[in-house]
Amino acid sequence: MQQWLGYLELILDGAVLTVQLTVLGCALALFMAFVAGLARMSKFRILRILATTYIEFFRGTSIFVQLFWAYFVLPLAGIPVSPFIAGVLALGLNVGAYGAEVVRGAVQSIDKGQKEAGLALNLTPWQRMRHIILPQAVVVMLPTFGNNAIELLKGTAVVSLISLADMTFQSQVVRAQTGSTAMPFLTILVLYFAIAMVISTTVRTLEKRLSDGLDVTK
Amino acid sequence: MAQPIIDIQSITKRFGDLTVLDNLSFQVQPGEKLALIGPSGSGKTTILRILMTLETLTSGHILIEGEQLWHMEKGGELVDADEAHLHKMREKIGMVFQHFNLFPHKTVLENITLAPRLTLGVPAREAEQRAMELLDMVGLADKKDDKPASLSGGQKQRVAIARALALEPKIMLFDEVTSALDPELVDEVLSVMRQLGEETDMTMLLVTHEMGFARDFADRVLFFDHGHIIESGPPEQIFTNPEEERTQSFLRKVLSAGKRKAEKQAAVL
Ligand SMILES: Nc1ncnc2c1ncn2[C@@H]1O[C@H](COP(=O)(O)OP(=O)(O)OP(=O)(O)O)[C@@H](O)[C@H]1O
Ligand SMILES: [Mg+2]
Repeated sequence: MQQWLGYLELILDGAVLTVQLTVLGCALALFMAFVAGLARMSKFRILRILATTYIEFFRGTSIFVQLFWAYFVLPLAGIPVSPFIAGVLALGLNVGAYGAEVVRGAVQSIDKGQKEAGLALNLTPWQRMRHIILPQAVVVMLPTFGNNAIELLKGTAVVSLISLADMTFQSQVVRAQTGSTAMPFLTILVLYFAIAMVISTTVRTLEKRLSDGLDVTK
Repeated sequence: MAQPIIDIQSITKRFGDLTVLDNLSFQVQPGEKLALIGPSGSGKTTILRILMTLETLTSGHILIEGEQLWHMEKGGELVDADEAHLHKMREKIGMVFQHFNLFPHKTVLENITLAPRLTLGVPAREAEQRAMELLDMVGLADKKDDKPASLSGGQKQRVAIARALALEPKIMLFDEVTSALDPELVDEVLSVMRQLGEETDMTMLLVTHEMGFARDFADRVLFFDHGHIIESGPPEQIFTNPEEERTQSFLRKVLSAGKRKAEKQAAVL
C-alpha cells in the first residue's frame, strides 16, 4: 500500500505539469485566437494574409509535427526552448488557430444592426468592437472555447514524446516499474476526466454570468 | 431663405444594377419636420442610411450646414471623405432604427451614457445625470437599471430615442420607428416624437407609414417613388389635394389598408 501511494504521488506530480501545460497553453491559445481572429477581419490586407496563413498552417499540420518543430528545429535556428516551453507553444498555437475561427464566426454572428447603431452613435470601429460586438460575441464563443480547452488538455499527452514528465508520461513510468497496467491508467483516466469537468463547469458558470440579457439561443 | 441644414444635390445610389435613388435633389431647412412617404422599396430607408453614412453614395453631393458630408477638400479638389471627416460630420446626425438596435448586454442607462462617454468624453456622473433627464422625458426613469430584453417594444424604442438624443444631434433620422411595434404601443412612441418636435428646434426626417401622424406632425411631406420625388408640399396639400396621380393612388391604397387594419382591430377588441 505504501508503495502504491509513492507511485500515486509520481502520477500526481505529472498531473501538476499537465495542469500547468493546460493553463498556459489555453492562455496562449486564447491570445492567439483573438489576435488572429480579429486580424482576419481587419481592413488591412497584410494582417488578413498573416492571420490566414497562421490559421491554415496550424490547422493543416499535425500537432506532433508542430511539437517536434518547436522542440528540435527552433534550437537549430538559434532559439533555445525548454521542452515545457515547446509544449506550451505547440499546444497554444495549434488550438489558437482553431480558436481564431471561433472568434471570427462569433463576431460575424452578431446582428448587423448592433454595428450600425454603434456607427450612428459615432463610435470608432475599435470602440464598436470593444464595447458592443465583443461583449456579445464572447458569449457565443464560450461553449466552443470550452471544447477547445478540453481538446488542449487531451493534447497535452503528446508532450511525453519530448520526454516531458506529464501525467501520461508518469503513468507509463509507473506501469514499467510495477508491471501493473490497470492502476496507473485508471488513475489518469479519472484525473483527466476531473480536470475536464473543472474546465466545463468553469465555462458554463462564465457563460451564465455573461449572457444576462442576451438572447443566446439566436 | 436661410441656408438649408441638409442640401442633397443630385445623388444617385445603385446596388449593382438596381438604381435605388436616381439623380435625387432636395433641401431641408433648419428645424423642419420632414416626412418621407412612398411605396415599399422606393428608397426611403436608403436616403436616411446615406445621411447617417451607413451606406455610401454612388454619385452626387450632400451638404450638411453647408459642409460636404461624403466629400472633403484636399489640395483645392473635392475627394471622397476619409473616416476622420465622416466622424466629424456624424456629430450632427442621429438615427433611430425600426428594430431599435439597443445594446442587449448593457442596462438602459448604460445604453444612453455609452456614446457620450466614449465619443464626447463626458465624465460618467455627468453623462448619467443627462441620461436620467432624457429617461424622464421619455417616461422611463424607473427602468434605468433594466436590460433591454425586459422592456416592451414601445419602451425599447423610447430608450433608443433617448440614446440618440444624448449626443445632441442637430438632425434626427427616424426610419419607421413604429412599424415593429404592436398597435397599442405606437402612440407612446409617437407622443415622445411629438414632444421632441414641440420642445426642440431639432431638424427631424421621418420615414413613416403612419399617415395620420405624418399629417399632423410634419411641416412638409415628400412623396417618393422609384427614387424620384413625385410630389412635395405641406401635409394638407399632399393628403387632401394631391396633384399627381401616383400620389393619389398610393394614398388611396395605404388609407384603405389602414382602415381595414383598424376595422380588424376593432373587431378583435
Ligand atoms: N444593401 C442592399 N443591397 C442590395 N439592394 C438593396 C440594399 N439595400 C436596399 N436595397 C434595395 O433598394 C431598394 C430600396 O430599399 P429601401 O430600403 O430604401 O426602400 P424603402 O423605401 O425604405 O422600403 P420599405 O418601405 O419597404 O422600407 C429596394 O429594392 C431594396 O431591395
Ligand atoms: Mg424602409
